[in-house]
Amino acid sequence: MAQQKSCSENESLHYARRKFFKQSTLLTALALTPPSLIKAAGDNLDEKASALFEKQSLEIEVNGKKHQLSVEPRVTLLDLLREQLHLTGSKKGCDYGQCGACTVHINGKRVLSCMSLAIMQDGKKITTIEGLAKGDELHPMQQAFIKHDGFQCGYCTPGQIMSAVACINEGHANNEDDIRQNMSGNICRCGAYPNIVDAIMEVKQKGGTI
Amino acid sequence: MINFDYIKPATQKAAIDALNKDATSQFIAGGTNLVDLMKRGVVSPQKLIDINNLPLKSIEQQKGFIRIGALTLNSDVAEHELIRKKLPLLSQALKAGASPQLRNMATVGGNMMQRTRCPYFYDTTMPCNKRQPGTGCGALKGYNRMHAILGASDKCIAVHPSDMCVALTALDATVVISSRKGDRRIPFADFHRLPGTTPEKDNNLQRGEMITAIEVPDNNEFSKKALYIKIRDRASYAFALISVAAALDIKGNTIQNARLAMGGVAHKPWRLTGAENFLKGKTASLENFNQAAAISMKDAKGYGYNNFKLKLAPNTIVQTLKTV
Repeated sequence: MAQQKSCSENESLHYARRKFFKQSTLLTALALTPPSLIKAAGDNLDEKASALFEKQSLEIEVNGKKHQLSVEPRVTLLDLLREQLHLTGSKKGCDYGQCGACTVHINGKRVLSCMSLAIMQDGKKITTIEGLAKGDELHPMQQAFIKHDGFQCGYCTPGQIMSAVACINEGHANNEDDIRQNMSGNICRCGAYPNIVDAIMEVKQKGGTI
Repeated sequence: MINFDYIKPATQKAAIDALNKDATSQFIAGGTNLVDLMKRGVVSPQKLIDINNLPLKSIEQQKGFIRIGALTLNSDVAEHELIRKKLPLLSQALKAGASPQLRNMATVGGNMMQRTRCPYFYDTTMPCNKRQPGTGCGALKGYNRMHAILGASDKCIAVHPSDMCVALTALDATVVISSRKGDRRIPFADFHRLPGTTPEKDNNLQRGEMITAIEVPDNNEFSKKALYIKIRDRASYAFALISVAAALDIKGNTIQNARLAMGGVAHKPWRLTGAENFLKGKTASLENFNQAAAISMKDAKGYGYNNFKLKLAPNTIVQTLKTV
């Protein structure tokens, strides 16, 4: 019961259950540890066990909405978005910073959310693919991707679109070569590259910041 | 990823104190390499000290040099007007590295501190003297296509993966390092190490120290003819097989001074001092460029799969000198 009370009210049941499993697994492991080992570990053990549970508070704004959260330091921004905030648009492709499927904007800059620790984003503004459209009206880049058939399976598409928007706003979409160079951090296994370039070219030609 | 404690100190002093206090702690800035290594279990610090609150993000013109704060983002350095105008070689090298998303995260200090991408270092089931001293080098007789041809040892043939550092080596930069004892400065070329018998040490930064800035001389004579060429397996977003940073000071057709460094060939960014000395006072001719490349390759050695670099490296040197 103490564990349940420590959960803040806005945490989902799903999350509380996960936390329970984590804690109970560790407690079981501790219970199964031979007493001699526990003795050898000395007084530090309690401290270490509590450190394992420790979460830190985090305030971030995602797509215009503020969130007060608590996370373990090891949670990546991508996992936070997908699993705690249920924004599953950002995709986990490689999870090692090589494919770009997890691209989001932090304070307006495109970055890889799989390589960003959530705890390090305290006070920052995040935009994900879910934050681009205005209600039912798609963002110009989303419309252009549909028009030019800029995807097949669609898995890399949220990352491609987030990167494409940033690419134009950075001033790095002046011609096809420029676009290819500056979109190289987003891999598309279906090979929709020519259509992606066409989509970006069209949005760029309309001019302005998007 | 194994869990860890996390703090974000407000001052440089507090950050350095925290690092000294806890032997298992490590600084984190952009995290583009450290988070990767932690996910794979190659390193597992018990505490991360986030240094992003520290005011080390400026690019300033000082008398005779440009000072770049250690936390300046790779993308901000590459796009900065002062850097593009006065240190085009650095701007080009930065743009040749990683992807736009990673350049928006990675910092100058972190770029210097990044680890090798040797697959034997990354794979915790493989022997690696760098990751676990004394276990042997898996690459020596393994799949060593990406590996060193210069300055390696029988303990380690890994290469340093940075592009930025190749340019900074050529440009005679200085590293500013802070610790409890105060500041010290070391030449960029002396920052990274050769593997020798201690490949676990990538560089000469001591425990308890922090890189706070890079100072790069703004010699105008090297800003007009500067070129970074990077040869890799695809057109963009891949580590270098070979890269060459070249800056030439030419009057008429005579080379007054040359600055040359190579990446993808050694455990540290490789300055081509022999070739620089040879080119000084010579005409800018293909014959002299070929000679300079030959001098640079004098001690080169292949390890099997990377033998192609013994041809690719001198060809890239010549190509860079011709084009610049």
